[in-house]
Amino acid sequence: MDKNRAKKILVDALIYVFLIVFTLVVIYPILNVISISLRPADKLLSTSLRIVPENASLNSYVQLFTRTPFLRWLLNSTLISAVVMLTGVTLASTAGYALSRFRFLGKKAVMIGILITQMFPATMLLLPLYIMLIKLHLLNSYLGVIIIYTSTALPFCVWQMKGYYDTIPVSLEEAAMIDGCNQFQAFYKVVFPLALPALVITALFSFMSAWAEYVVAAQVLQEPELYTLAIGLKQFESSMATEWGLYAAGSLIVSIPAVLLFLFLSRYLISGLTLGSVKG
Amino acid sequence: MNRKNLFILVFLLPAILIMFGVIVYPFIYNIILSFSNMSLRHFRDWRIVGLRQYVKVFSENTFYVVFLKTLIWTFVNVTFHVVIGVFLALLLNRKSLKFKPVFRTLLILPWAIPQVITALTWRSMFNYEYGAINIFIAKYLNMSPVEWLLRPFEAFTACIITNIWLGFPFMMVVALGGLQSIPNELYEAADIDGASAWQKFKNITVPFLRPVMAPAITLGIIWTFNNLNIVWLVSNGGEPSDQTHILVSYVYKAAFNLYRYGYAAALSVVIFFILLVIGIYFLKKTRAVESVY
Repeated sequence: MDKNRAKKILVDALIYVFLIVFTLVVIYPILNVISISLRPADKLLSTSLRIVPENASLNSYVQLFTRTPFLRWLLNSTLISAVVMLTGVTLASTAGYALSRFRFLGKKAVMIGILITQMFPATMLLLPLYIMLIKLHLLNSYLGVIIIYTSTALPFCVWQMKGYYDTIPVSLEEAAMIDGCNQFQAFYKVVFPLALPALVITALFSFMSAWAEYVVAAQVLQEPELYTLAIGLKQFESSMATEWGLYAAGSLIVSIPAVLLFLFLSRYLISGLTLGSVKG
Repeated sequence: MNRKNLFILVFLLPAILIMFGVIVYPFIYNIILSFSNMSLRHFRDWRIVGLRQYVKVFSENTFYVVFLKTLIWTFVNVTFHVVIGVFLALLLNRKSLKFKPVFRTLLILPWAIPQVITALTWRSMFNYEYGAINIFIAKYLNMSPVEWLLRPFEAFTACIITNIWLGFPFMMVVALGGLQSIPNELYEAADIDGASAWQKFKNITVPFLRPVMAPAITLGIIWTFNNLNIVWLVSNGGEPSDQTHILVSYVYKAAFNLYRYGYAAALSVVIFFILLVIGIYFLKKTRAVESVY
């Protein structure tokens, strides 16, 4: 028995060692960014590995909001993401419902089409939409990026809303209709509230697909006053010697809401992912 | 039109709109472009030139080199994602583990951080003089610093390291879900029969994990093959001298830096068919989505 006990303690210890090592690898880059954001301006390029630098200061954060257009980028990204989120939720919740409840010609084609878009290389959507934006004179406009973001996020959102609606029994709507609801009331009074977790994921997913997006924004938004967070941060990073502190402070501010949202919703996200892809 | 039909129409319209706006229109337009000579010079006066762009794609040596790099990129990344992910899930699943929620939350962070920020942050960490990785190598391993972003092989390795870091939490979470669905009685019965830890792993854990991991691996392969952000931002657009491209970053550059629209469209179609073949193969093999329709 003693031998078993010793073995168990050894295994436990090994497990903790491995977990701690991996956790350190995961959090080190984050600590590194925090450390750089706290460096004083004259020690920006230092070869010290200390987490809290000597003479730590919040100078970078102050600079970020007072001397750079960061606030403007924050506003632009928030606006764009919010609109993408609203259109995403509206379109995906209705289209997903139609795909879940109605029989119509081409329904299977739509589902396969959605699945196939996931295999499109990014440029397959990007290039035609980009040329369309040029022709519609929508380059350098919020509407331009909003159209592309919504288009790229939608297939996944529709897929996952459809999967969730499938898990809600049709009998609930039938009961509501017997009680005097029309079909629309049955949808928004009965099904819609039940689908809340899926709606939350759709909202989160569409918001996040726009929040810190770079490759599309860099092509569509060329005028500085339209820049979003990702373009701004890329600029800071490119001139690392002088603006590294600004980059670090900015990227923390951009990441924090994203990470909090993600952690808060990860429980739903994971069940939603499996529902959407496997079966409810 | 009666009310019921109106209702159906209102709900179908978005679905149809999406089908045409997001799937059919770009797809067909992309195919038309791939048969054209459209570029910045021939933007308004473009014409159909047949298969010329496809011939160009397949006759250039670069395509095969980049394709090979993409296969290496996908294989190495997904292998590490799955191995690390499953390994950590097994550790986290141990009953006697304390602080499990803390470890789980911290280990999931790379998935939660926006990819653009992950890429740019790792790029700064790979900086030759001031990046944390070289400083660490010099201080603690007593080795000479590596020119991470200046040489092709090292730069590509840097991209892969970054992508491994950000990709394993997804596999970990999926595997953890799979492990938790294994009934404990199976392990207890195995214990009574005197099975070793390895036998239990091989005969209970693996068979239960396989159906859970298969769709996740399929998704992982498609996502990794298609991941433009990491390669583009860590290597700053394929530096040094376009030696670190995977297919999607190569075609992005052709389209948006070199304005070769027709060529980029043809290459996109080729990439799409490669992915389609890989995707269908894995979907068939794993039956990941068969019950959805």
